[in-house]
Amino acid sequence: MLTLIGIVIVVIGFVLRINPLLVVTIAGLATGIASGLAPLQVVAAFGKAFITSRYVAIVWLILPVIGLLEHAGLKERARAVVAGIRAATAARVLLAYFAIRQITAALGLTSLGGHPQMVRPLIAPMAEGAAENQYGDLPQSVRYKIRAHTAAVDNIALFFGEDIFIAIGSILLIRGFLDQNGIHVEPTQLAIWAIPTAVCAFVIHCTRLLLLDRKLRAELAQQTEQE
Amino acid sequence: MITLEHIYWLTGLMMAGVSIVNWRDRSNPRRLNNTAFWGIYAITFLAGSHLPDLVNGWLVIAMVLVASIRGLGQGKQESATREEREASARRWGNKLFVPALAIPLITVLGTLLFKKIIINGMPVVDVKQVTVISLGIATLVALATGMIMLRPPLLAPIREARRLLDSVGWAAVLPQMLAALGALFAIAGVGNVVSGLAQRWIPLENPFVVVTTYAVGMAVFTMIMGNAFAAFPVMTAGIGLPLIVQKFGGDPAVMAAIGMLSGYCGTLMTPMAANFNIVPTALLELPDENAVIKVQIPTALMLLGANILLMNFLVFRR
Repeated sequence: MLTLIGIVIVVIGFVLRINPLLVVTIAGLATGIASGLAPLQVVAAFGKAFITSRYVAIVWLILPVIGLLEHAGLKERARAVVAGIRAATAARVLLAYFAIRQITAALGLTSLGGHPQMVRPLIAPMAEGAAENQYGDLPQSVRYKIRAHTAAVDNIALFFGEDIFIAIGSILLIRGFLDQNGIHVEPTQLAIWAIPTAVCAFVIHCTRLLLLDRKLRAELAQQTEQE
Repeated sequence: MITLEHIYWLTGLMMAGVSIVNWRDRSNPRRLNNTAFWGIYAITFLAGSHLPDLVNGWLVIAMVLVASIRGLGQGKQESATREEREASARRWGNKLFVPALAIPLITVLGTLLFKKIIINGMPVVDVKQVTVISLGIATLVALATGMIMLRPPLLAPIREARRLLDSVGWAAVLPQMLAALGALFAIAGVGNVVSGLAQRWIPLENPFVVVTTYAVGMAVFTMIMGNAFAAFPVMTAGIGLPLIVQKFGGDPAVMAAIGMLSGYCGTLMTPMAANFNIVPTALLELPDENAVIKVQIPTALMLLGANILLMNFLVFRR
């Protein structure tokens, strides 16, 4: 039972809003010590785990070029492009991105998206631009809401698209695990049974996006009346 | 052969550059903290593979202390004003999209093609890491294109990287830290303890209850670990295989596929999945670091319900 102390520390830390880096480090060290390692062994194990996880941070290599392009007006251009499309609304921009992201992920093209590459420099400004087009200048809270939705669309479309592709990491993991337990399944079987959930994800989230457009209209119309 | 190590050197050089720009920026009241934080991070990329585990461990702890005692600051944002950027946007037009869109396209092409390019019996890139290496190469090509096109000062890219990285702050390192925590959880056997608890306390006589427990368990355990991949072996060995497959004769392919996707519903609801949920709030400059999670929770819960019904319906269909 003592091995669960790390989970307790993480939950308490997140609730109390202590710096997550500190919380996670203490949780890791406590878990190691609870499992019977000597303190120095725990520090070494943590160091080793951190070093072998460095690939997670490769995505930051994108920042120099994104920063350069933002300096040259990339976001403003993304807004202007959407401003030229009369039918564009925030939710329709997000719907289109959801469909493209989910379909490309299902074809294994999971790197055609992501928050630093697509959401911050392109999709979020486009969605905001579409809303500006409709309602004029937006209150900051509405901007934040649209941006949060943009990030969520990227996640949801990716998660519930990628498992339809037979060579994605999760399918390989499932196969490997079942093989170890003497059960053989074909990747295509796993991929096919990911489709019903993918369809549900599309229907559920796109319905919510359409409702978002309505909500924005109601909210922003009210505001113009008040002025 | 290009390996992950080369991409780490590149990342290390960028972090070192960010550290130096911070050191020279007197407008940031905490510039020494930022210098130390990104500087130590640079060392873990440049030399981490050769240093002893213990030294790496102390380096990580030093980074955490720098970030949590007094914390990191931000310099004055020196990027252009909105008017300047709009003028520049009009000047360059849609050409600005070329380097930005080149990144995902080259990453995808590289992932597909690098595997096939073999010189002297050796592939040009490490095939196991082809996606990450392709991403690294794509950013270099995009940067070169951007530099040739825009002709900014030579140091502009690293100053811009500093601006963006400091606006993300310590959250940039959190996903990697959580991956390390997951590894320690695995060493300590946290998963087995959790599935033992589930088996002991939940009535598992009725197939519907078992399927629901498995799907909800995948989501909850993913929320704790921040990663469905960590939850899957534990929940499937503890509940899925012995009960759904062996006791009630369910289809393992359906169970595993929908079980994993139930885990993804958990990923949408937890700050532990920092790269999906916390990092974007920093990147999009949202004041509430749970803003993305809040937007995702309704979809995640409805989808988890859908998964439970789908699994009940499909897993026992024979």
